[in-house]
Amino acid sequence: MEILRVSTAQDAADALADAAQHGRPLRLRAGGTKSSWGNPVEDVWGVLDLSGLNGVIEHNEGDLTAIVRAGTRLVEAQEVFARAGQMLALDPYPGEGAAATIGGIVATGDSGPLRHRFAAARDLVLGIRFATTDGKVARSGSKVIKNVAGYDLGKLFTGSFGTLGAITEVILRLHPLPRARVTALGRDSDVGRIEAGARALLAKPLELEALDVAWRDGVGEVLARIAGAESEERTRRTVAALEEAGLDTVVAEGDDEAALWERQRASQRSDDGIVVRVSARPAEIGRVLAAARSARAAAVGRVAFGLVWLALPAMDTADAVAAIDHVRARLRPYACVVLDAPESVRAKVDVWHSEHAGAPALMRRVKERFDPRRVCNPGIFVGGI
Amino acid sequence: MGGKDLRALAERFAQICGPHRVLTDRDRLATYRSDGLLHFQVMPGVAVLPETTAEVAAVVAACHDAGVPWVARGSGTGLSGGAVPVEDGVLIVLSRMRRILDVDTANLRVVVEPGVTNVQVSQAIGPGYYYPPDPSSQIVCSIGGNVAENSGGAHCFKYGFTTNYVMGLELVLPDGEVVTVGGKECDLPGYDLVGAFVGSEGTLGIATKIVLRLIPAPEHRETLVAYFNDMEHAGHAVSDVVASGILPGAIEMMDNLAIRATEEATHAGYPLDAGAALIIEVDGPVSECKATFDEVVEICKRNGCTGVRVAEDEHQRQLIWKARKAAFAAMGRISPNYYVQDSVIPRTGLAEVLNRIEQLSREHRLRVANVFHAGDGNLHPLVLYDHSVEGEAERAEKLAGEIVLACVHAGGSITGEHGVGLDKKAYMADMFAEEDLDCFQKLRCSFDPEQLVNPGKVMPTPRLCGEVPGPYRQHPLERAGVAERF
Ligand SMILES: Cc1cc2nc3c(=O)[nH]c(=O)nc-3n(C[C@H](O)[C@H](O)[C@H](O)COP(=O)(O)OP(=O)(O)OC[C@H]3O[C@@H](n4cnc5c(N)ncnc54)[C@H](O)[C@@H]3O)c2cc1C
Repeated sequence: MEILRVSTAQDAADALADAAQHGRPLRLRAGGTKSSWGNPVEDVWGVLDLSGLNGVIEHNEGDLTAIVRAGTRLVEAQEVFARAGQMLALDPYPGEGAAATIGGIVATGDSGPLRHRFAAARDLVLGIRFATTDGKVARSGSKVIKNVAGYDLGKLFTGSFGTLGAITEVILRLHPLPRARVTALGRDSDVGRIEAGARALLAKPLELEALDVAWRDGVGEVLARIAGAESEERTRRTVAALEEAGLDTVVAEGDDEAALWERQRASQRSDDGIVVRVSARPAEIGRVLAAARSARAAAVGRVAFGLVWLALPAMDTADAVAAIDHVRARLRPYACVVLDAPESVRAKVDVWHSEHAGAPALMRRVKERFDPRRVCNPGIFVGGI
Repeated sequence: MGGKDLRALAERFAQICGPHRVLTDRDRLATYRSDGLLHFQVMPGVAVLPETTAEVAAVVAACHDAGVPWVARGSGTGLSGGAVPVEDGVLIVLSRMRRILDVDTANLRVVVEPGVTNVQVSQAIGPGYYYPPDPSSQIVCSIGGNVAENSGGAHCFKYGFTTNYVMGLELVLPDGEVVTVGGKECDLPGYDLVGAFVGSEGTLGIATKIVLRLIPAPEHRETLVAYFNDMEHAGHAVSDVVASGILPGAIEMMDNLAIRATEEATHAGYPLDAGAALIIEVDGPVSECKATFDEVVEICKRNGCTGVRVAEDEHQRQLIWKARKAAFAAMGRISPNYYVQDSVIPRTGLAEVLNRIEQLSREHRLRVANVFHAGDGNLHPLVLYDHSVEGEAERAEKLAGEIVLACVHAGGSITGEHGVGLDKKAYMADMFAEEDLDCFQKLRCSFDPEQLVNPGKVMPTPRLCGEVPGPYRQHPLERAGVAERF
């Protein structure tokens, strides 16, 4: 397999144009931490390696914005921002060796617990620059935090799995790092009580920085993170709400606190098992956890968005396919997208649960306009786009 | 398009919606000639007021079949000419689709039709919940219009814009097909077509149902207005507040001219000699507000503010806001005409750009009042002029254009919330390269290959769609029968 390493956006555009001209499908890759997501890419001729496009181009401290090359590792960018007391409020698990890049995270729409307060990648991306299959480098958006000029292609490309072109730069909105963080943790083995605690907190105007649930080995948790100028009073109120729901509640600070969230993030991935992302609703969080329990899966979820990641243990292909079907049947009518899974499993299931994709024909028309020769990750996406 | 074809189309609409909801006589059509930006006026050929998605779909399909261009219209408060009709085209007015379909507070969602006004959403969800995007026009403007323009408001610095709250859409596509994208759930499989549609200025289709996300209402608010000798000091105060890590619900700024105009209109008690007024509102949990608000006051003092007025109750808070919210309208008190600009700059470029605006104002011998969303750098310079004075309108337009360019050169945008529409399309090429515009066009063509929808808006020059090249190759999964091809 050919590996095309590029170090400028124009190189990437030239590579794509060349691929389009010769009908040579490319697999786009940067950190390589999510190579096991999506459908297997069809008839790949080579890999377009974007990891050479790295570095923070601009960090505009006073404006709380930054422009980064897409191949920049998330952890490296965060180090730069942290020096100014700032962060990119996007915290998915950075993968094996913390290799996940900002471009890869944006292209897959991956997210972590901070989404509760700061919304998703789509909301933090102010603009993108990308290489097109006609050999150009184009931009959408700008480096101001408010801008409605032109279509928001940043949102179109976010979560598009590299099927429309290669993202080469991302313009980001940053946020101040909080002065302190405290987490209230409520535990119980009863799914109903976990849901009650989570929903009680969801309805309260506490401005939590994160509000997660977890289910592991028969025990459920509600994790509420308090960050800001004042935390004592808000922690007291959070603990009271969790206790009122009947949960055993403790408060964590410092390294212990950070470790709780590291664990939440890590639980969204699996080395050899299967991860299914369920798009449910906030009021159904208990139902999803119950499905996790019955499938012997571990689960982490973002309450406000009704999103839950179920991690099924490693099993043979036939059992895995049956387990995925079981989860989907049980959680109807919600979309259950398979993320991590061995290729043998991905070849046998519709990982995207495509029946939940609205406007499939329109999506295909979008793909046809941006990548008419189907050279950018062909087949990886919903319905084989 | 001949008058005969249009008459046939109007008859078709009458079959779809009933004759009383189809307007063809010029007197009644005249109401729809422009949007909130009065200087673009075009008489539509026919206007139709559908009440259901099925009616919208049938109307759009009829236009598609006849090859007649059309424009959607909400409440017509837009400030970029987005809803200005096309001559001999159809205007589809959505203001009669005003049902609130589902208030689902357990899931923090609300589902509405496009003609529902922004303020009606807040009323429907009740005081415990909050839908943050709050354009000053909120009493009249429609959610459909907000979606199309990705509207913002005073509270968007902390809470985000319309696009951050739209979760799902039912759309009538340009060929009349009805599709649903997104929903009450997040991260549904496929492209983020919701994100692509929001802010598309009525060029990709019609939103007939809109799913919005809510948040719990902030428990408490503290509001102040601080006065400064000049904009520069006020600007530094803004920067210091933001740098301190505090995220106020709103930070709004007005210059002396704006203060004087609004005082005349509202008597809100702002000192007439203040060089700048800064409204800062901190909201959130009581304890968090109290902790940050004192710090905000402190920062204003440190930056040399000449006075601070803190709202002691809701009445006083409303009074502080009254001046700001009335700012556009109040210009009528000090000038026969004004032209609103909507450019954005990186906040740190504020002092430099304001100086440049002042210089331009002197050069063109026209006054410019500045009112803006200081947190996110969205300026609303108001160029004051007198239409009856020969040449002033042209000078005003020229001045406004130079202000836009100054903002683009400072790394900003030609529009922060009002949209490009007709008004700013000439500046698109100053902000975007040809390649960028080509990619915008790709999106537009994937929705509207015939280009019948809101033609002549947003893009600086007309562009064609062209055929999509490329042989089609089958995906292995598809060959294996696992995944359906769309
Ligand atoms: C006094 C005043 C103050 C304002 N303040 C603000 C402010 O603070 N912030 C701000 O962002 N804006 C502001 N605006 C601008 C304006 O109110 C907004 O752009 C608003 O969203 C327009 O809504 P509308 O219903 O009036 O849309 P219209 O003006 O009717 O239409 C605007 C665009 O939306 C399209 N459209 C309408 N409905 C639909 C639909 N259902 N589907 C698809 N496309 C559709 C139209 O084709 C058009 O392109 C202000 C305007 C005025 C007059």
